[in-house]
Amino acid sequence: MKIGVDVGGTNTDAVVLGPNGVLGWRKTPTTADVYSGIVSAITQAIADAGADHTDVDCVMIGTTQFTNAVIQRKSLLPVGIIRLALPATSAIPPLTDWPDDLINEIGRNSYLVGGGYEFDGREIAPLDEKAVAEAAVEFRRNGIGTAAITSVFSPMNGDMERRAAEILQNEVPDIAVSLSCELGQFGLLPRENSTIINAALSKLSGHVVQAFRHALHELGLDVPLFISQNDGTLMRADEVQRYPVLTFASGPTNSMRGAVYLAGIQDAMVVDIGGTTSDIGMLRNGFPRQSTNFVDVGGVKTNFRMPDVLAVGLGGGSLVREGGQFVGPESVGYELTSRAQCFGGDTLTATDIAVAGGWADIGDRSLVRADKATINAARACMRHLLDVNVERMKTEAADLPLLVVGGGAILVDWQVQSVSNVLRPEFSSVANAVGAAIAQVSGEVERVVILNDANRDSILDDARQEAKNKAIGAGATATSVEIIEVERIPISYLPGNPTRLRVKAVGDLPI
Amino acid sequence: MELKIEDVDDLCTGAAFLGAGGGGDPYIGGLMVKQELAAGRKIEIIDPDGLDDAKLIIPTAMMGAPTVLLEKIPSGEEPIRALRVVEKELGRRADATMPTEVGGINSTIPLFVGARLGIPVVDGDGQGRAFPELQMETFAIEGVAGCPLGISDEKGDTSLVMTSDNHRMEWIARGITIRFGGTAYFANYPMSGADVKRSAVKHTLTLAQRIGEIIHNSRSRKQDPFDELCSFLATTSYAVARVIFDGKIADVDRRTSEGFTLGSVSIDNPNGRCVIEFQNENLIARADGEVLAIVPDIISILDAETAMPITNETLRYGQRVKVMAVGVPPIMRSEAALRQFGPQAFGMLEAYHPLE
Repeated sequence: MKIGVDVGGTNTDAVVLGPNGVLGWRKTPTTADVYSGIVSAITQAIADAGADHTDVDCVMIGTTQFTNAVIQRKSLLPVGIIRLALPATSAIPPLTDWPDDLINEIGRNSYLVGGGYEFDGREIAPLDEKAVAEAAVEFRRNGIGTAAITSVFSPMNGDMERRAAEILQNEVPDIAVSLSCELGQFGLLPRENSTIINAALSKLSGHVVQAFRHALHELGLDVPLFISQNDGTLMRADEVQRYPVLTFASGPTNSMRGAVYLAGIQDAMVVDIGGTTSDIGMLRNGFPRQSTNFVDVGGVKTNFRMPDVLAVGLGGGSLVREGGQFVGPESVGYELTSRAQCFGGDTLTATDIAVAGGWADIGDRSLVRADKATINAARACMRHLLDVNVERMKTEAADLPLLVVGGGAILVDWQVQSVSNVLRPEFSSVANAVGAAIAQVSGEVERVVILNDANRDSILDDARQEAKNKAIGAGATATSVEIIEVERIPISYLPGNPTRLRVKAVGDLPI
Repeated sequence: MELKIEDVDDLCTGAAFLGAGGGGDPYIGGLMVKQELAAGRKIEIIDPDGLDDAKLIIPTAMMGAPTVLLEKIPSGEEPIRALRVVEKELGRRADATMPTEVGGINSTIPLFVGARLGIPVVDGDGQGRAFPELQMETFAIEGVAGCPLGISDEKGDTSLVMTSDNHRMEWIARGITIRFGGTAYFANYPMSGADVKRSAVKHTLTLAQRIGEIIHNSRSRKQDPFDELCSFLATTSYAVARVIFDGKIADVDRRTSEGFTLGSVSIDNPNGRCVIEFQNENLIARADGEVLAIVPDIISILDAETAMPITNETLRYGQRVKVMAVGVPPIMRSEAALRQFGPQAFGMLEAYHPLE
């Protein structure tokens, strides 16, 4: 039996998951110390399941703590930044295009030094070890306790970054070091940005992971702890402590994956209706379709992909105006329970329409002041919003159901165009925690290769094997590991057919 | 006209549109230009029609793989050193620089050079869009010599290429680019103000900026970006633009051959399928065996919602797109021009029929 936990800004949810589905669950407020909220949610969820602590095999936690810290500019450390690249790259130094208020937290302690690789693996210049040591001395003098090291083409070869880390740690023994090669993916600037943010979070990540461990300890759970990462797979807690940025996009991924699991299917459109907006996405084989764009976190372009989600201004708190002609995008948001008419407030909201129309039963129907015409018009307006936007996000002709989840799911009682049927899975209010609990572990390989007929098979086989080994290293059982993605993108405008190869494997945890 | 920092994103988006699927993402170049402007340097874009005939203009650009550029960002000295190589050979300083190619990343390199050296940038280029090779220039078609060509990398290496054959110029420079690490920066087609007036595709930088402005802002003006693009382009020397297909990407097929990314993308809608073949840039769009548009006319695949251009590297199954075709100015449609970059130059049998 597994436990999935979602630690959000407002609520901490826990679910107990057995082989056949959800056994118990609990939603509790997130606490300032994080861990006591987790303890209380897990304790009550286990009780709800009628189970015992000794039945728990492992705990999976999804968290938005790190994303929130960056967005709110909280708990960020000043970072020593080293880029191994000279004589290249000086046209765009680190932190270019960053918001000023974030630079105020991070500082401007950046050093460009000799080093880096060419696309074909040659060195641009040898690593300037002396310059790295000098930077280290400066970091120590300025009391900087965390550093980000990025080298050109390090996803292909991380040796220089690792050597620079060694030099840094010789000079400043307790410095925390983040390496860009560990964060994968080509594109120097977004990768460097992610590495810097990662370094800035190094203290918070220690605290958060400690809080998670503390919670498990207090519960008497001596079981493996995993944390969900961006792509919907899991990392070990000690890895998250070193690479907290890998959790940035895990929230929407978990919620969508949890929803399809709860519905017992693999392919679906999903709409998650909250208080102010509806997030619409598409899942294939249990995974959300990824956006082609990079994620912008707190005004910084990172190298992570998010599920391709369209936010539409329709939620439980959406304002209904002009006799139901317009619904949203303005919303009473979290004040729904005080301002909506069905709760005794003075504002007509989308929730009131559903209550007055008789297809939702919350609050007091008799308090809602909306005539039949308004109800019909508002319903048509909401219906149109979903029809158009679900159709927009549905990128193939196949017959797919629509899963309606989230607190605002009660708004919908009609058929939506372009989907086969509308489903409201049970337990969908804790879909996020379920998404964490069902996740697998993964391994990924990315490199530039020169493919020809003679070597194609062996190069692809090697990359597949390496990705599988990484997944096994991350905790997957060898028999369950499979390759789920092989991407080959030719590098244009260069003779010799160099190709960017990316292979990803996933596997199950041994439970 | 002085280029402002807030104009740069518009110009880059317009340049990606004119890149016809290729030309490289102008993201890095745009950041380089913004960095210069933020540091207080100025960029003056000047009208080619107002150029003194005797001035010396030396275009600057980058060549090689945009994918490599995303990792190995330049130092910024490369295009300047390349320009100096040509100046030294000619024994004369450049009065201005200009793009060889307005489509993609190469719209930005001369802006950067102009900012660093304090020389103006001529509002025009030699391709009016993006093409993959250095001889595919209206400058060449109108008799301007490609060489001397200066080329440089971040390490400070430079090379001077002298040949009277522009195809050989391309061949040699491409070989050097590999040795330079996959990207290189060059200056070529040095010419007089009179040559520019005669041989350039004019006003393409301001055109790119305006295209980007429409794509970014038409929605907030409550306009349809596609309609607005078509009506705007109709007032320019490109004369005609329209959406030739609207649908979802059903298939992307890519392979490489000697520096070209060859392939095709299939786009489906309930009425049929449009297939676009590309060779770095989009070359031909067909539906039901009928040619909808063909090179040198511009075929750009745009996000169906935002009208943001999608480069061929980022085409993905399932994207909703609109395909827009744009005619090209008369200087790009002459017989000599079509020999250089018409359908036959890319090995196609179809004759060129200008978009109507």
